[in-house]
Amino acid sequence: MKMVEAIVKPFKLDEVKEALTKAGIQGMTVEEVKGFGRQKGHTELYRGAEYTVDFLPKVKIQIIVPDDKAATVVQVITDAARTGKIGDGKIFVSNVEEVIRIRTGEKGPDAI
Amino acid sequence: MKRVRRRHTVASLAAGLWMLSIIGLAFAQEGAPPQAGSEPAKMEAPAAAAPATAAKKEDPGAAPAQFTQGLLDQIGGAKVAMDTVWTLMTAFLVFFMNLGFATLEAGFCRAKNVVTVLAKNFIVFAVSSIAFLILGFGIMFGDGTPFFGTQGIWFVGGADNSPAMGDAYKGVYSALNWTGTPLWTKFFFQLVFAGTAATIVSGAVAERIKFGAFYIFSFSMVAIIYPVVGHWIWGGGWLAKLGMFDFAGSTQVHSIGGWAALTGAMVLGPRIGKYSKDGKINPLPGHSIALATLGTFVLWFGWFGFNPGSTMAADFSAIGRIAVTTNTAAAGGAVAASIMAWIFLGKPDLTMILNGALAGLVAITAPCAFVSVPSSLLIGLAAGVLVVLSVLFFDRIKVDDPVGAISVHLVCGVFGTLAVGLFAQDQFMPGTTGNGLFFGGGLKLFLAQLTGVVSVGAFVFISSMIFWNIIKATIGMRVSAEEEMEGLDIGEHGNIAYPDFVSR
Repeated sequence: MKMVEAIVKPFKLDEVKEALTKAGIQGMTVEEVKGFGRQKGHTELYRGAEYTVDFLPKVKIQIIVPDDKAATVVQVITDAARTGKIGDGKIFVSNVEEVIRIRTGEKGPDAI
Repeated sequence: MKRVRRRHTVASLAAGLWMLSIIGLAFAQEGAPPQAGSEPAKMEAPAAAAPATAAKKEDPGAAPAQFTQGLLDQIGGAKVAMDTVWTLMTAFLVFFMNLGFATLEAGFCRAKNVVTVLAKNFIVFAVSSIAFLILGFGIMFGDGTPFFGTQGIWFVGGADNSPAMGDAYKGVYSALNWTGTPLWTKFFFQLVFAGTAATIVSGAVAERIKFGAFYIFSFSMVAIIYPVVGHWIWGGGWLAKLGMFDFAGSTQVHSIGGWAALTGAMVLGPRIGKYSKDGKINPLPGHSIALATLGTFVLWFGWFGFNPGSTMAADFSAIGRIAVTTNTAAAGGAVAASIMAWIFLGKPDLTMILNGALAGLVAITAPCAFVSVPSSLLIGLAAGVLVVLSVLFFDRIKVDDPVGAISVHLVCGVFGTLAVGLFAQDQFMPGTTGNGLFFGGGLKLFLAQLTGVVSVGAFVFISSMIFWNIIKATIGMRVSAEEEMEGLDIGEHGNIAYPDFVSR
């Protein structure tokens, strides 16, 4: 099983969620995060004192998928979240050791 | 954990002892002067009774209604009733300003300090109410020396026959015999002003002061510092005799609060991380500009009690005009500050605009009754310019003021007081200020104002410095570095302002 974590622009959340549910994904977890990549921050003033705005608000979506679905899901997210402008985000794919459904105790791919 | 508990026990014991000693002294004195004559004596017809045109105008040829004692009592009674209602309603508005201060300061501070900022703003009015009741009012308005009252100083217990006015007044609070309202009305109105001065301090010392330190200081300020100055300016003392005028308190309320805020911020030192060793000024942005804006609107609203209410009479020819000078100055301040921020800081920083409106309000507080509406616009615009420059200045000299209290209240309070000497026109309150410098009155009024500014500044600066340093040396003034980093809410109060997961 794979964990797919996607960091995307906040206003793209609904679009990505719609695309994923259309592709058959039945669950996800979402967090509000802040971050930056290779784009440089810029400076602003608060009551005359300068500060750099590095961390920009983003949204992190986390999905668990069977191994064979990982590539499709990555493509779905990329297509939905891309704007072509800097700051579109990143997707990370990693291995998951175990998945358990709390209500029934199911394990493995059945628990996804 | 145990050390923290013990430190707080000592601190609260010390604070309690200091205040209990004053309260105990007050109760000890309570027995002495009986409340002779404090029930309203037969109401002598007040000097400025409404004219007897109460008579119906349907027959212009008929003789005017008989000017009987009964008719006079009716008119007099109505005037006293109107004056009392007016004074109390405006006092209630000024009380409401405490909400404005609380939400404004909460918005300007970080989320981890919200409880302590609100707690300071809340308790300060309770403390003020008690301090002013047991001692403050008496020192301020009791007859006595040119510097402080000596009669009727405890528990507002002196002889009094309010609402009798002028020569008919036969009590010990002669400084207030010009207003035809009962004694407790006068007390309550004056109390909310004292409370305003005390709550100004909490903004400048926010995010690093111990709750107990502020508690004790507020009590001392409203029991002693504020009333002594008040006696000089409004209590018939030496500044009043000198011809200094401060209609609603640019000096009496705002600069007293401002000086105490300045000394507090100086003795405390800046927040950790505010100024880097290499001289850089770091912003510590407030957690809710929404709260701050709400607070500023509430303050603007409350000021319609602060200024027009200071007539302490339903003086229909003055109160509307004063409301307009008040509002116009606020508007001028907001606009000027927004332009200043746009030009000097690149963008119209809302926190500066909020400060700008308040700056205009503070600046017009002294002159509001004495100047024309166009003058009030100029005063407001100038205050808006001043406050932005002042905020930048105080950061440059490393006096950390999280909300701009010093810039708004001290700097613009001083400016407003001096503005009386420049913009006053005799026509508005004839026989009081005369004309200011810009209207052919020469320097006389301005110099009286300047004398007031300097003497009050010296007195409050020195006395508040003394009090802060006593507090610092005894129970301590500043929280530990660890507590400051964690946030004072848990360390000082054991509360968390936003205990659930919120996005900030």
